[in-house]
Parts: sequence; C-alpha cells; structure tokens
Amino acid sequence: MLYREAGQFKTSYAADQAMFPIIQDRAFIAMVLIIAYGVVPFWANEYWLQAVIIPFLIFALAAVGLNLLTGYAGQLSLGTGAFMAVGAYATYKITTIYPDINILVVFLMSGLIAAGVGMVFGVPSLRIKGFYLAVATLAAQFFIQWLFNKVGWFFNYNPSGTIIAPPRTVFGVMVAGPEATAQVRYFVALVFLTVGTVIAKNLVRGRVGRAWMAIRDRDIAAEIIGIQPLQTKLLAFGISSFYCGVAGALSVFLWLGSAETEAFDINVSFQVLFMIIIGGLGSILGSILGAAFITLVPIFLTNAPALLNIPFPTDLSKHIEEIIFGGLIILFLIAEPNGMARLWQIGKEKLRRWPFPY
Amino acid sequence: MSPRNKIGDVLLAVDGVSISFGGVRALDKVSFDVRAHEILAIIGPNGAGKSSMLNCINGFYHPQEGSITFKGQRRRQMQTHEAALQGIARTFQNIALFKGMSTLDNIMTGRNLKMKRNFLWQALYFGPALREELEHRAVVENVIDFLEIESIRKTPVGRLPYGLQKRVELGRALAAEPDLLLLDEPMAGMNYEEKEDMVRFILDVNDEFGTTIVLIEHDMSVVMDISDRVVVLDYGRKIAEGTPDQVRVNQDVIDAYLGVGH
Amino acid sequence: MDLWNVLFVAPFADMIGSPRFLLEVIIGGLLTGVMYSLVALGFVLIFKASGVFNFAQGAMVLFAALTLVGLLEHGVQVLFALAATGIIMVLLAIAIERLILSPLVNQEGIILFMATIGLDFVLRGAGQIAWGSNVKPLDVGIPDKPFEVAGILLNSFDLFAAAIAAVLVTVLAVFFQKTGVGRALRAVADDHQAALSVGIPLRTIWAIVWSVAGIVGLVAGIMWGAKSGVQFSLSLIALKALPVLILGGFTSVPGAIIGGLIIGVGEKIAEIYWAPPFGGAIENWFAYMLALVFLLFRPQGLFGERIIERV
Repeated sequence: MLYREAGQFKTSYAADQAMFPIIQDRAFIAMVLIIAYGVVPFWANEYWLQAVIIPFLIFALAAVGLNLLTGYAGQLSLGTGAFMAVGAYATYKITTIYPDINILVVFLMSGLIAAGVGMVFGVPSLRIKGFYLAVATLAAQFFIQWLFNKVGWFFNYNPSGTIIAPPRTVFGVMVAGPEATAQVRYFVALVFLTVGTVIAKNLVRGRVGRAWMAIRDRDIAAEIIGIQPLQTKLLAFGISSFYCGVAGALSVFLWLGSAETEAFDINVSFQVLFMIIIGGLGSILGSILGAAFITLVPIFLTNAPALLNIPFPTDLSKHIEEIIFGGLIILFLIAEPNGMARLWQIGKEKLRRWPFPY
Repeated sequence: MSPRNKIGDVLLAVDGVSISFGGVRALDKVSFDVRAHEILAIIGPNGAGKSSMLNCINGFYHPQEGSITFKGQRRRQMQTHEAALQGIARTFQNIALFKGMSTLDNIMTGRNLKMKRNFLWQALYFGPALREELEHRAVVENVIDFLEIESIRKTPVGRLPYGLQKRVELGRALAAEPDLLLLDEPMAGMNYEEKEDMVRFILDVNDEFGTTIVLIEHDMSVVMDISDRVVVLDYGRKIAEGTPDQVRVNQDVIDAYLGVGH
Repeated sequence: MDLWNVLFVAPFADMIGSPRFLLEVIIGGLLTGVMYSLVALGFVLIFKASGVFNFAQGAMVLFAALTLVGLLEHGVQVLFALAATGIIMVLLAIAIERLILSPLVNQEGIILFMATIGLDFVLRGAGQIAWGSNVKPLDVGIPDKPFEVAGILLNSFDLFAAAIAAVLVTVLAVFFQKTGVGRALRAVADDHQAALSVGIPLRTIWAIVWSVAGIVGLVAGIMWGAKSGVQFSLSLIALKALPVLILGGFTSVPGAIIGGLIIGVGEKIAEIYWAPPFGGAIENWFAYMLALVFLLFRPQGLFGERIIERV
C-alpha cells in the first residue's frame, strides 16, 4: 500500500525519463540526503567518521567510477588502484607546486590527469577483450605503482617515499591536512560523492550510457548500428578513471593524510572490484551499497571477537578475517550473482505487491 | 499486393564482390542492383553466402574483390559506422539485441548516430541534452506504436519471447530511419501468426516510409509473396535473378534446391 | 644521464662486450621461465576445461606447498607426504566443485572469476592458519649444485625443474589429446550445455580438472618452495604467471610453456641490462608490458586461433 506507481500518471516523456519517476522513491532519496547532510556529521563521532564513513564515501566514488567502466561498458579492469594513485600523486604535485589553487579544483584537475592515463591504458581494449584485458590493465597497476615508487620527482624526493597532504583551506575552512576536522572532510567527500553519483546516473540513462551497454551486450551489433567501439570504450576508460583519480586524491587528502604507493596496490583494485560485484554490476546504487558492505565487513570482523570477548592472537585473527571475507564473497555470489542492487529491486517489487502478493 | 511506391533508380549496386575465408570462397563475383523502394529477396541453400553478402553491404566484411556503390558512392572498404551513417540498418539471423537493456533503450540505441550532444551535456541531463533526448524519445515512441510493442516498453529484452525479440530488433533498425534495411531471416523460427505480423510490418515499412528492403528468407511462400525481385545464391555464386515468377521456374534454381550435383 | 644512451646504446654494448655473460643471463631466464610455465599450466588447465579464470591458482600452489612442508615437519616420510598432499589437493578440488562451481553453473565468467578470488582469500587464510605463516625451507632432495658446461655456469636444480616441466607437459598433452577424459574436457570447454546434453558428466570432469590443476600446483609449489622457501609470497607468483597466459593464450598448453620462456628471458635481460639506471625492481611490471605490447599485434596470443567474427 505504501509503494505504488499506480495512479501516478506521467503526461510527458520528461516525467517518464526522470531519475526517480515514482514519488515514493523521491521521498526516500530526499530522506537519505537529509540524513547524510544533516544528521550523520553531527551524530557520528570522530572515530566513526574517520575510520568508517569517510573511507566508505571515497570508495563509493571509486566504485561508481569502476562500475561505469566494468558494469556498464563491460570492460573488466584491475587497474583501479593505479588510477587512484595517479589522482593522489597528481594532486600532491599540483598543490605543492601551486599552493594557491583551490584544492577542490586541484582534485578535479587530478581527475583529468587520471582520465588521460586511463585512456592510454584503455587503448588496448580495442583489440583485447574480457580476461585478456583484465590482465592487461594489471600492466597499468604494476607499472604506475613502480613509477611512483622509483621516480623521486613524484613524491618531491621525500626520503621516506611518502606523500603528505599539506594543510589547505577553502574559503577559510581547513579542508585537508592534519588540522582539518573530520566533519569538514566528511562534507567535502559527501559533496563529491553526491555530485559524482548524479552525473553518473545522468550519463548511464542517456546516449553515452546506451552506447556503453550496447558495446557490453553485443559489441558487433553495436558497431553495426554505428557505435564506434574505440571512442566509446575510451570515453568509458576516461570517465571511469576520472572518478577513480578523484577518489584517490580524496583518499590521501581527506582520509589517510599521507600515503605510499602501497596504499594503492592491487588489493585496492580488487577491493573496488568486489564492491561493484557484490553491489551489482551495471547499477549506480549497487556501487554504493557494495562499497558500504566491503568497508563495513572488515571493521565488523576486526571488532567482533572483542565484542564477544573471544581472545584471538592478532595474526590468527587476520587469517580468520581472510577466510570469512573470502567465504562471504563466495556465498554472496552463489546467493545473488546480480548483487545487492538486485536484492533491492526484489525488495521493491515485493513492497509493490504487499499486502496482496498475488 | 498493396499499392506500392514507384520503384526508383538504382540505390545499391553490388559489382563483382568476392570474399573468402581461409580458402572457402564465400562469395564469388556476385553482382546485382537494388532499386530504391523495392523489396529484394536473397535466397539460396544454407551456406550459399547470403549472410556474408549482407555483411559486405554494411561494411562488416571487406570484400577482397569488387565494389559496392551506395547512393552513387563507390567503395571497396568501408567501416560499419560509415555504412550506418549513410543510412544502412539491419537485423541479424541470430538475434543480436542488447540483452541487459529494456526494449525502449534498445530502440533508442538506433537513434545514437543522430544524437549530437557530447558527454558533458549528457552528464548534466539538462537543457539541450534533455531536449534532444526527448525529441528522440518521441521518434522511438512512434516506432514502438508502429510495431505494437507498447506494453513491453520497459521490459528487459532478455525476458521477451523470441518473436517479440525479433520485432524489437526490427524496431532498433527502423529507429535509425534507414534508406536501406537489411533483414537477415526476419521470420526464422516464427509461428504462422508471428510471420503474418512480421510480413505486415515489412510491407508497411516499405509502403509508408518508402524504405528499400533487402531480405534473406527461407520461407518460399513469403519470399514469393512480398518481394519484387529475387536473387538466388548457391555456393557463393549468383545463379539467378528476376521476379519471383521467373525465378520459380528457373532450372538452375530448382537444381540447387533439389541438390543436383555440381 | 643521456636517456638515449641508457635505452639504446649501453645495454647492447654490454651484451656484445660479454657474450658469455649474455648467454648465462639467457639460460637463467629460460630456467626461471620454466618455473613460470609451471604455474601458468595450472591456469590453462582450468580455463581450458571450465572456462573459469582461476585466480586462486597461486593460493593453491601456496596451499599445496604449505601442506607438504607441514607434513614433513611432523616427521612424515617424503614419499608419503607427497602422496598425502596429492590426496589433499584432490579432496580440495572435489570440495571446490561441490561448494563453489556447481552452484554457479551457467553464471558468467566474471562471476566465477570473482568466486575464485574469494577462494584465493580462503585458501591463503586456511593454509596459514593450519601451518603457520613463517618462511619454511622445503627440501625434497633435489640436488642443488652449480656446475660448468663449456664455461657456462649452470645449476642442477634448474635443469631438474626443466625436466619436470617437460615431463608434465608431455603427460598433459597426451592426456588432453589421446584419452576419452581429455576429449570430454575439450567438449566441456567448448560449451557446458552441449557437453551435458551428450551425457558428459560435467561435475566429475570439473572435479578431475581441478584435481589435476591442484597436482600441477603441488609440483609448482615444490619447485618454487625448494628454490625460495615456502611462505605467503608464494601465492603472488600467480601474478607472474598472468602475463605468461596472455602471451601464450589462455587455452594453450604449449603456449604456457613458450610464453613462460619468453617472459623469463625477457624479464631477466631487461632486469640486468636496462633496469639499473631506473632504480631496478622492474620485474613487477615488465612482463605485463611485454605481454601487452605483444597483444596489440596479435590479440589472440601466440597459439590462440584467429577468431572470425560472425553475425
């Protein structure tokens, strides 16, 4: 009775094409936004913001980006970590050379640089498909990690090899660096995620998104109706890497504070891939749900023994964590290969019929 | 037969086209013309090179010899995307729809070439981009009306029965408003009613929009009923060409179908 | 430092200056390549028979080696320990088939791929919980003595590894081409449903293939373990095997071997002649770049068949 589209007539194509055509959905989204902007930052303490919520927002942004490439355009990539690293190091270089540029603008500039790098590594996608391409993107992963590790220019010849987020203000408010409060950093990350999500949603429901999905579903048929494969795939690589680059920049400047290349190693690539698969390939909402799941599970696993008062030696608990994490992923894939977004949809379907399921 | 558009000049000229795959000669110096507004059927036994012919026409295969002239432009090598730009659209023998997308989105992809706003506008989904999207939506809705598939507009095509999928695929091709429509076995695997519907759509397209149609079909009664002319291929060679009545009595054609030795 | 000189002059001058050293480098590379091939073989087997890109192959190598070392540490005899580990790998294969593969029949490749990444986590965790995570030496009695042939330094261990790989490949080739099971395997690789419809027991076939891959993993684990000790990082050699796979093609047994050799040699040469001015440690990415460049010219890999696309 609560969730019905019956009676909501659309009198124009514009209304039918709206992002959330049903009023209940709009109400729900409005509620989520109110909670995210108005409640969470004042209710959550420093620890939760810093350890859980900010990384979730940042990874959600990366996951949205990867989902555009892998979920929508069908190009499997294992180079997410590298593209995030490009964004992070680019921000570091730009802001140390030109400290006066607004840091938020620097984030976007770094995204563009990451997009360029992503497109370069996307070129092979014209000739290589599927797992071959996935392995090829590992070339990006390892090469870029090595480059930022070996070439001193990228980390300003800092003897420890790390990049450290310098303090930066926006309109007088400290945004990055050790003195920025968790609340402010949360807000910045949240704004990036919100805008990024809206843009991604717009892209996938328009011409670009349809071209991506066409290439994903039937590349030859897509080619024959006039969709140019290289252009389409490169655009996907570029936009996806833009998202990842910005996420990488945010992760150093809003979350970690300092980082080495290990912060962007292949495990990060896998983590983001897990997010979109658990969340649902080809679903923007799924990317965000998946990011929440993957960031929360390890935190839960680390804290669960303490909560239950079971003493574990730490190295043992790390391995147990690995087993549970791996097992959960397998279980999830078996239970719902289409991810959390699909579960969400089924839930809505049920709600639509409730209380008369037949 | 319904009243027809007057058959016009040569729209597509296939001239001595040959192609082989690893020693197998799929097409051997095939030549024929397609005139504007006509329905031309290509028939022949399995493996005669019919699909390869369509693949050459829309630039997916590149003929090793010969040339193809479309709208007066002669070419040997052409990319599929150029063919689409020039107004060639097609359907496939084994349905090649985008399974993860809805009927509406599938047909909308047929409009992709006509949409001009770049991705930055698309990202905003506002102003000109939205206007453009809505204009094309209106065209697509016309196609949906025409094919009588309003009720499956939002259904993912993977869930549709075979006959409807074929119809959606035709819709995707029509959405491009092609001058030349290539249909690869549009009625394969259909029951009688579905075939009747499909024939009706094909004739209507030809009639109302004046679209030139080249189709491959195995059902001889359909071919003889709807086509203006028929080209017969066998082992990659053209063995006959003419009106349905001429082809029906051609000795070579009868031999090819009955399997007289080569 | 002149980049041109570093890239295009000095390395070649060095090579010509000391051809004997170059030869040693090449032979060293070939022998490392054999080791890569061993790991890549496990991938190829599983991909060929089930279309699954098994990311957990590295973890299987680690798991097998850890099990073997663990048994040896508990005083079990070498041969008996080998047999026991082999049996454990077969049981593991059956368990994987039961718990992961059959519930996921007919899912898309990427889903199965993700499942094997999950499996990778589980195996790594389980192996280290059961047998500890310290570096352990593995000694199964393979002689490891350097000797000289015609002035070139060789190592008996490396030759032994090469011999093992040769035997393994021959056996596998015969198995695939000449036996009924091999034919069934190839049928399954082509099309799951079609294979099922002619009565090929899909699940048994998968269990067999994963067992074989497990045994190949054991062999690889023994060789790598004996060379560099058994530890967590053993599972990472899977990452070294991937470029071998793109080079050789995912479905070609000879491809895995030749690909491994090319990567082994290429990597060694690059490491010795080109890397030092750049701070070294290029082995992590060089193989990938090599494979990538190669793929641009031959997308189907060395031994893959040219694909004729049809519509």
